Amino acid sequence: MKIILYIIKKEFKQIFRNKGMLPIIFILPVLQLVILSNAATYEIKNIQFGYVDADNSSISRGLIEQFESSTYFNVSEKFPSEKEASQAMQEGTIDAYLNIPTHFERDLQKDKTKDIGVFIDAIDGSAAGVINVYITQIIQNYNKNIVADLIQVSDAVQKPKNIDSIPLFWYNQTLNYKTFMVPGILVLLVTMITLFLSGMNIVREKEIGTLEQINVTPIKKHHFIIGKLFPFWVLGLGLLTIGLILAKVIFNVPMIGNLGLLYVYTAVYILVILGIGLFISNFTDTQQQAMFIAWFFVVIFILMSGLFTPIESMPKWAQILTEFNPVKYFVEIIRMVMLKGSSFNDVFPLAIKTLVYAIVMNGLAVWSYKKTL
Amino acid sequence: MGITISNISKSYGEITALSDISFDVKPGELFGLIGPDGAGKTTLFRILTTLLIADHGQATVAGYDVLNDYKSIRNSVGYMPGRFSLYQDLTVEENLNFFATIFGTTIEENYDLVKDIYVQIEPFKNRRAGKLSGGMKQKLALSCALIHKPKVLFLDEPTTGVDPVSRKEFWEMLKRLQKKGITILVSTPYMDEAALCDRIALIQDGNILEIDTPNAIVSHFPKPLYNISAHNMYNLIESLTNYEHTYSIFPFGEFVHYTDKRHPIDKASLKTYLEFQGLTDIKIEKTQPTIEDTFMELAK
Repeated sequence: MKIILYIIKKEFKQIFRNKGMLPIIFILPVLQLVILSNAATYEIKNIQFGYVDADNSSISRGLIEQFESSTYFNVSEKFPSEKEASQAMQEGTIDAYLNIPTHFERDLQKDKTKDIGVFIDAIDGSAAGVINVYITQIIQNYNKNIVADLIQVSDAVQKPKNIDSIPLFWYNQTLNYKTFMVPGILVLLVTMITLFLSGMNIVREKEIGTLEQINVTPIKKHHFIIGKLFPFWVLGLGLLTIGLILAKVIFNVPMIGNLGLLYVYTAVYILVILGIGLFISNFTDTQQQAMFIAWFFVVIFILMSGLFTPIESMPKWAQILTEFNPVKYFVEIIRMVMLKGSSFNDVFPLAIKTLVYAIVMNGLAVWSYKKTL
Repeated sequence: MGITISNISKSYGEITALSDISFDVKPGELFGLIGPDGAGKTTLFRILTTLLIADHGQATVAGYDVLNDYKSIRNSVGYMPGRFSLYQDLTVEENLNFFATIFGTTIEENYDLVKDIYVQIEPFKNRRAGKLSGGMKQKLALSCALIHKPKVLFLDEPTTGVDPVSRKEFWEMLKRLQKKGITILVSTPYMDEAALCDRIALIQDGNILEIDTPNAIVSHFPKPLYNISAHNMYNLIESLTNYEHTYSIFPFGEFVHYTDKRHPIDKASLKTYLEFQGLTDIKIEKTQPTIEDTFMELAK
């Protein structure tokens, strides 16, 4: 016990003396949280929008006005023909344009229906999808309004009944993306920092040669490992605390659930990450190698965590792979606890998986740690 | 209670680091392992300190088998690796405390053993180890290797990269430690340090060339040895290399160490030959062989 305590003391001393490391541990994550949470949004604003109005009627102008009044669109210019509009999209000055054909108003009044063309730059596929939804919504709304004007009294009886859907967004009524992104990004920060630091820590002792000296001493390997990793466990929980405070103060993210539960879960979760870090350091000889391998895993963990893309839409094999992704569990649980107020019983199945993961990972890491060269 | 090594072999893939090495170090002996870089010295140290496992052969340290009793060995040996391997960002005192703690002891408990060495670095005890000079680092490393009162001390090239004064001091410290009953196995590429050991083993390419006391090793030198000097060193070496009676030559400071195939040597004809080669200021005098000469001779 005395030995473990002394190693922990020594690790903390080294962490706090490393003038290059301290800002990395504390300031960078804070910056990332603030920057990413403000920047990583799915909302698409300032869409450069053009149009070709060959009809030039009151209805076609009314439609354009709808776009002008939307905060999402910057209606830039009216093109004399489709050719110029297409050219502008080619040059990248507009993201989307609308093509209103001639006799739009006349045909609409006569036939009650008329097609218009919507062209969207799909270089960024997901943005194009969102723009499409916005445009469709505006046109549909406008459609509803003009239908009333167009339909004559005699037709009114035949008017089909519309099904109106009024969405209610539970647990995040205003669909504020920060509410669900901030907890997710917090998970990333805790994971990245603890994985990188723990992964590189023991390798560093290999690199500077101190491990050779340590291995000749009668120190037990679990003493050494616990002593080495405990400081990073504490750091991880410290980071969570800083992150939660920022989430509350800067982003006003709701925290409905029990924070104690979140801490207990995080305590187990960090063990998984430390186990992975130690495992990596057992199979590498330099900090550089450890860093690359840690990066490799972090990128996969992040992209397959359900934070940026829903796991449900991944192919089946990828969904199976995400079962081995600890970040996925943490992202799910932190959102459940903070936004939904889930209780211990709700998170229990996920927490138990995390615990098993922690035991297996640390078991593997301790087993593969060798005191001989 | 010393060290016994019998038929130890170790190879890394195709490369043989040690081939069938056997020797004993007596308890309380200061034993030197002398050889150039890549001779296998560090590999042997790592096997004896239980960091590596040999392919073949047995070894015991302080009476414990390196394979079966490795835990006891780790309690009773001190090891100073060739590379400075203490925590650079911890202070002198913290480093010493750290090693004392993981050996389950305290500085106070074994202070008398490290006192002689530690007092020299004590004025800098709050300085970070990384900021110490080369000689100071060696003293700190030695203190850390001694803090648990080891029975056997392994020093892998402790004086490489250390200035001559610190080297001399370091060897004086080793002599004092030896008097306290500690068995010391030290490796060095410096032949002049070999003379300070009780016995030495000359090692090259994983083979032991010779084991004996420094004096005995020197007396094994097979031929009379001559110092030859002239005004032009390069020409001298060139000329002697082409001389038909040359047995061996190698440059040694301002002289060339020379042995002759003939017995006895014909100094006059050698001198004439050299003069004929255009050399002046030629001096030829008999000299005592050193360990280096013996090593070069054995390594031929």
